[in-house]
Amino acid sequence: MSESLAIETVDLRKRFDATDALRGLNLRVPQGSIFGFLGRNGAGKTTTIKILLGMTRPTAGQARVLGLPADDATASVTIRTRTGFVDENKNLYDYMTVEEIIRFTAAFYSGWRHDLEKRYLRSFALPLHQKTNALSLGMRSKLSLLLALCRGVELLVLDEPTSGLDPAASEEVLQAIVTHVSTEQLTVFFSTHHLADVDQIAEHIAIIDAGRTIVSGALDDLRGQYRRVQLVFNGEAPDITFHAPGVIRVRRQGRVLTALSNAGGDALIEEAMRFGPVSADVLPVTLKEIFLESVAVED
Amino acid sequence: MIFRPNPSLGVPIYLQLMEQVKHAIETGALRPGDQLPGIRPLAEELVINPNTVAKAYRELEHDGVIELRHGAGAFVSGQAARSKKTADSVRTAQPIVAAAIQRLRERGLTDEEIRRLFEAELAGLTKAGGRGV
Repeated sequence: MSESLAIETVDLRKRFDATDALRGLNLRVPQGSIFGFLGRNGAGKTTTIKILLGMTRPTAGQARVLGLPADDATASVTIRTRTGFVDENKNLYDYMTVEEIIRFTAAFYSGWRHDLEKRYLRSFALPLHQKTNALSLGMRSKLSLLLALCRGVELLVLDEPTSGLDPAASEEVLQAIVTHVSTEQLTVFFSTHHLADVDQIAEHIAIIDAGRTIVSGALDDLRGQYRRVQLVFNGEAPDITFHAPGVIRVRRQGRVLTALSNAGGDALIEEAMRFGPVSADVLPVTLKEIFLESVAVED
Repeated sequence: MIFRPNPSLGVPIYLQLMEQVKHAIETGALRPGDQLPGIRPLAEELVINPNTVAKAYRELEHDGVIELRHGAGAFVSGQAARSKKTADSVRTAQPIVAAAIQRLRERGLTDEEIRRLFEAELAGLTKAGGRGV
């Protein structure tokens, strides 16, 4: 079971002084998937990544990466050699040129993929002889991604890979990820608050809020299960207490009743029909709505 | 490219892709024996997950719409192809729908309102006592 998971956390907790950054986080990242890790600023995304990569230790709970315990010092070294990581700030050695930093990084890894290096140098159109501190954020992001991709790793952890990028650069980064997973066997775990990126390329997601997992699963399943039902009545909408499974939230406003469900809309409509609505609509729910509704419930 | 799924629609991308392939066959844009783009090139072009394309192709094969030939790619199947008559009637229906949409837009309705009207009508919601979905 867990050998098919690239990352697994069970009831992960992290306390900094007086604050609980993680309060029982559960993650199951299937091997070979592109996994979108969503949450607001301060939800605990970066803390989770730091624990996964052995940069900080959990206060309680377990984290396993590629089947190895992340809080074990020896295992953590193995995890890091098999994992590529691009942090949010895309920190690079400022005094090196693009070419120098590529050669410098390649020297550390015996499995360096020169074929991929050529491929991404070409598709990213990186200026080889320019110093990295003179690069735009878009170029720095692409260079950081190149350095991680060419290591030939099994797991790629990306912290906010498209943050601060314009739509064109962001599309290039996503395209490189998609291209990479279609030719290489690996798992991509990326944190973001850009829902559109997740919509586009992720198969599985987790939405976390205040250090807990709120929603997780295959994105297609979630898209299939979440429904918004809108009922219009002749007079004021009745105060219905729904017994249908999966009802998350009900709002009444004048003649309109809206209900959000994560178990389809049929049972809900069935139930509402007894109250004689004049119209009933079942609408798909976007990831953005799922996100906003989920993080709002916790407040 | 005839395929253009909208990832933020809330509808699984593989389902959108399936619909678009079926529509391309109905309108005759794709004919029996035509080759569909490969999984990888299509995923790269649309910037979506290759597994999403693979899933759409698998489901289309299951529905008999396309054939996956090992190592050669995906092809529009002969048996699934609608008769020319059906393809023609779908094609001639297109201007009728286009004209209706144009008139509704002129009345100031948004595309989203128009879409809902179409869906409610198809679901029989406007019939007396009718219910949708």
